[in-house]
Amino acid sequence: MTEFAESRGHVGTNDGAARRARRHAAERRFRLYGILAIVVAVSFLVLLLGSIAVQGYTAFTATQIRLDVTFEPEVIDPEGTGDPELWAGADYGALIRHSLGARFPGVREPEEVRALMALISSGARFDLRDMVLDDPGLIGTTRSVWLPAAADIDMLVKGITPRDVPEDARRVKDNQIAWLDALVAEGAVKRALHLRFFTAGDSRTPERAGIWGAIVGSFYTMMVTLALAFPIGVLTAVYLEEFAPKNRWTDLVEININNLAAVPSIVFGLLGLAVFLNVYHLPRSAPVVGGMTLALMTLPTIIIATRSALAAVPPSLREAALAIGASPLQVVMHHTLPAAMPGVLTGTIIGMARALGETAPLLMIGMVAFIADIPGGPSDPATVLPVQVFLWAGSPERAFAEKTAAATLVLLVFLIAMNGLAVYLRKKFEKRW
Amino acid sequence: MEAQTALIGHNRPADATPVKMATRDLDVSYGAIQALAGVELDIRENEVTALIGPSGCGKTTFLRCLNRMNDTIEGCVVSGLVTLDGHDIYDRSLDVVQLRARIGMVFQKPNPFPKSIYDNAAYGPRIHGLAANRDELDEIVVTSLEKAGLWKEVRDRMGEPGTSLSGGQQQRLCIARAIAVSPEVILMDEPCSALDPIATARIEELIDELRENYTIVIVTHNMQQAARVSQRTAFFHLGQVVEMGDTVELFTNPQDERTQGYITGRFG
Repeated sequence: MTEFAESRGHVGTNDGAARRARRHAAERRFRLYGILAIVVAVSFLVLLLGSIAVQGYTAFTATQIRLDVTFEPEVIDPEGTGDPELWAGADYGALIRHSLGARFPGVREPEEVRALMALISSGARFDLRDMVLDDPGLIGTTRSVWLPAAADIDMLVKGITPRDVPEDARRVKDNQIAWLDALVAEGAVKRALHLRFFTAGDSRTPERAGIWGAIVGSFYTMMVTLALAFPIGVLTAVYLEEFAPKNRWTDLVEININNLAAVPSIVFGLLGLAVFLNVYHLPRSAPVVGGMTLALMTLPTIIIATRSALAAVPPSLREAALAIGASPLQVVMHHTLPAAMPGVLTGTIIGMARALGETAPLLMIGMVAFIADIPGGPSDPATVLPVQVFLWAGSPERAFAEKTAAATLVLLVFLIAMNGLAVYLRKKFEKRW
Repeated sequence: MEAQTALIGHNRPADATPVKMATRDLDVSYGAIQALAGVELDIRENEVTALIGPSGCGKTTFLRCLNRMNDTIEGCVVSGLVTLDGHDIYDRSLDVVQLRARIGMVFQKPNPFPKSIYDNAAYGPRIHGLAANRDELDEIVVTSLEKAGLWKEVRDRMGEPGTSLSGGQQQRLCIARAIAVSPEVILMDEPCSALDPIATARIEELIDELRENYTIVIVTHNMQQAARVSQRTAFFHLGQVVEMGDTVELFTNPQDERTQGYITGRFG
């Protein structure tokens, strides 16, 4: 080292050593910048995911209140007909009212009774009805039943809405808190896994709203998108890359495809509205239209990914097959396309993941409607996960905020799963050779 | 003459050997660049014809005209006559897929398919429907691998990917793949340039064995190789055939001074 510096020394100075030091310093500085950039990126990601997770995880549990409910025959079946169809129309709210009345005998004023009833979810009577319809033997008995609490109570129990503010700034009033505390004191309040969130459709009542309708809607939409975009996209890419002559027309097509990839997604929504709904009168709010619109949006992504995957296949492979007398179609089907498959699948799944997270074009074709039923097929009205997030985010009730975050978590899980699948498929197909 | 033959190490067949392929007034251009001009060459049956010359002289272009691989290159224009058994191979009615089954090709870099060794050899017979059943296909595969001198080395690993073989083995696999469709002519584009001397020697031996059944055209940069394996040699320079003749003649007594300059190492 010193010898080398000295040998350079005869030029006049120890310039060389100084320059080397500067070069090393520049290298260290550059590495530091790189590490800083990664740290900043990762911390933002952690912050984002962390805040969603912290806000959302509470939605996976729900507060329940235990009541001793007497399934009074005079309420369920006042005329004694024994006809289950009449049972279904009975006033199960009365059962809850009687049960609460028995637990808090001092509450008489209609105003107070309403406040007391507001502890329990307004949907709890449907749960009681379902219990009776499932097991008519319950009629006439008294059972201890865990009923879902109202969303406001749920928020209070979870500590999301505060107790220590003036009464008129709270949705839950002092007398309700007193009753709730009494129930807590006797162990009649618990937090349990909120399965309903994963099995129900949307609802106006936060504690009854679930994400299953949106998941099913997303599934049908993605199936339509995949069924259209994958074959059309791959065929287009194969033709352009392997068969099309290079002339002005194919250049024009290529430029337009690249431009389409950069078109804002809402424009595709407008197109869907104008063409699929207004011209062809396809059903509004339906996954089939959403899927067609998203397929248009996903096509350029798939075409570009497939083309670059095909272009990356070494020409020697094509030549080998051609030289042995394979027809151009055989070259593509037997050699080029299989070799390009990892890239094709990765591009497709990434395009699909983008489509799964897309909201704007679906707003245009009416998938933003409030739909409480689980869609039974691609032509039933439906909504999708990101639109469900959007809808809940716009709801004023505090309880929908945690639903919003929880639905975002579910969406993220699906996206991560899809990206994981892309990585897996790429590895799997690459292993073949 | 006898002494020279012994020196080169090959027996020359009689001059009466029939012509397998021939070109007349062959011009090839890539866009504005003229790659070949007026090439006239005869390739004789069951002989090895070597094409030598400096880089960029058009040897490979010429070779790729013989099985119409130049068709796949954008902007490549071929004019003139190329015949196989007296028939024009650029005739419109000719099926190029069928032609390439008759004229096989081996490339500079070994390019086995990313499939098993078996599938590499079986691919050609499969797409051309040469085997009626699995047994016939097996037989074709084994015969071609035997002819390519690879069978003993791979008989226990037919399911392994062709790309797992060594460079020389891969090149012999490519030869086996080419001969599996029973071609009449085999074109070789510098088949040994990516191989070590031992693998090269193995391929050269193989070329000599294959000559019995096939007509072989080989492009090479290595003049010793041309002298060792070929019966006839063509010297290409700047897109033209400068000299064509008996290999021994050409190397010992070149007629053109450019040929002499090239083979004695003064240029190229």
